[in-house]
Parts: sequence; C-alpha cells; structure tokens
Amino acid sequence: MNKPDLTALEGMTLRQGEPVFAEPWEAQAFAMVINLHERGAFSWDQWANALSQEIHSGIDRPYYRHWLAALEDLVVELGLSSTSAIKDREQAWHAAAARTPHGEPIEL
Amino acid sequence: MSNDHHHDHDHDHDHDHSHLSEMDARVRALESLLAEKGYIDPAALNEIVEIYETRIGPQNGASVIAKAWVDEGFNTWLMEDATAAIHSLGFTSRQGEHMVAVANTEHTHHMVVCTLCSCYPWSVLGLPPTWYKSPPYRSRAVIDPRGVLADFGLVLPDDVAVEVHDSTAETRYLVVPKRPDGTQGWDEKQLARLVTRNAMIGTGLALNPADLT
Repeated sequence: MNKPDLTALEGMTLRQGEPVFAEPWEAQAFAMVINLHERGAFSWDQWANALSQEIHSGIDRPYYRHWLAALEDLVVELGLSSTSAIKDREQAWHAAAARTPHGEPIEL
Repeated sequence: MSNDHHHDHDHDHDHDHSHLSEMDARVRALESLLAEKGYIDPAALNEIVEIYETRIGPQNGASVIAKAWVDEGFNTWLMEDATAAIHSLGFTSRQGEHMVAVANTEHTHHMVVCTLCSCYPWSVLGLPPTWYKSPPYRSRAVIDPRGVLADFGLVLPDDVAVEVHDSTAETRYLVVPKRPDGTQGWDEKQLARLVTRNAMIGTGLALNPADLT
C-alpha cells in the first residue's frame, strides 16, 4: 500500500514514522481518513487543509478530537452524509450500547 | 427511531450494560454511515490500523515487564497494585481502569480474553489485534484455552494449569511472562525486546535470546 504523507499534516505526532494513538477510537478515526482518501473521496491536500482549519479554529482540544471534527465537517461538505444523519446515528449507538449486556458486541 | 429531541441522559451507571464514550459513538456513527454508502470498507480499516500500529503500543507493556524481571521491589508492587506500579512509569489510561498483573509460573499459565474490544489494557499494550476482537477467539478461549494456545503454536505440558481471565470494563489484566533462561545480567532495555504483545496477553511466551536476530 502506498502510504500517504503524514508529515504533510499539521501537528501530527509521529514516532518512528508512525502515528501514536492514545485510545482505540483515535486509530479508527485515523483509518477512516486513510481509507476515504484511498477510495478517492478527497485528495490528501483537501484533508490537510480541512485538518489545518480545524486546528486553527480557536478551539483548544486534543489532536484527534480536531481530527474527527475535521472529518465530520469534510464528510458533510462533500455531501457524503449530513449533520443530522450523523447526530441521529450517534444517538442510535448510545441507545444500542445501553441495551447491550456487558460483554457482548454492541450492534445497532 | 428518535422520539425525544431533548433526550434525558440517564447517567446512572448500570454495570450490567455497555457504555460508549462520546468519541466512540461519534466514530461509530460516521463509520457505519460511510460503510453503508460504500465510501469506506470496514475490513480495510482494520488492515490500515494494523499497518500503522505495529510496534508502538506494546513497547510500554514490555518495559513494565522488563522492570519487573530485574527489580524485585517493583515486581512486588506490580503484583500487589498494578495500577499504581504501571502509573509510576508514566503509562496512564484516560479511562482509569483497574489493572491486575498475573504472573506465569512453572505450574500456571495465564491468558486474557475479553468479549468487548474496548476491554484491553491499551495504555500498556497499544491497540488490540484483530484476532483478539474476533468472535472465535472470544468464545473458544474460555471453552478450550489449550486448543486456542495450540493454534498460536504454544503447547503447554499437561502439568501446567491454564487460567483464563475475563477482562471487564473495570478490570484489565496484564500477563507477566516468565523470564527466559540465558538472560542473566541483561538490562531492562535488552530484556524488553524479548517481551511480545502476545506474551502479555498470554497467547505466547517471552522470546528466547536465540529468537533475537
């Protein structure tokens, strides 16, 4: 696989050339961007710009929260989904978790 | 689906049921929507994570184990209060779950399983490997631990008991493998190279010096 240029991304922390994730959701959010890009949803420059805008939005938050916010915005901007659909689905996942006994995979 | 716009969040913690963090739910929302429309391939996401997450995470755990091997005082602390001992090395999980260390001996081999992918000590082990999250591993590890270990190439003598630990959201386990022979005089850094992720889950043993090339 051709790896996209991670060093082109503002604020990206790399260790031995690889990203460092603090929590599993961060890796999942990271992988979504790579996959969307691979499948042609947006160019790497487009992503770098979206992320940079988010980082300079004036909101102070951890890196991968910027990352996910930038991804949500770009997805809506490109018409891949809508803000309301994302919000509804988020609530659906919370509801699914609440009805799932601990120890079983959470499914919608 | 949604019948309430001003949803009342129930903050009572019911430990019999699962809970997703805000970020977890947002990521799952996006992922499921994009997958339905074919913009992403969920199987490819796992591959991408594995390509990038290879060595970084488990290094933390390996340094914990190496320290326990050379430092008797630290080892005692780790066995009595793993949460505090691990924290003292600077590895903290934001979830603040309780860590328990279980040490392999000549008579007992420990292995860890969890039925939820989030129940994994990722502050010391990084991200869970795909097989750890797979239904066959989760169910078989409890029913037939020796069979699962054999699949990993680990055949234990009959007189070694296998103890399976089921992680929960509150308690996560770290297996302390046995220190390999032929490592007298090794320092922590050298020893850490022998400690694999699987050794700390219990689906493998620490490497032997000869395995390092």
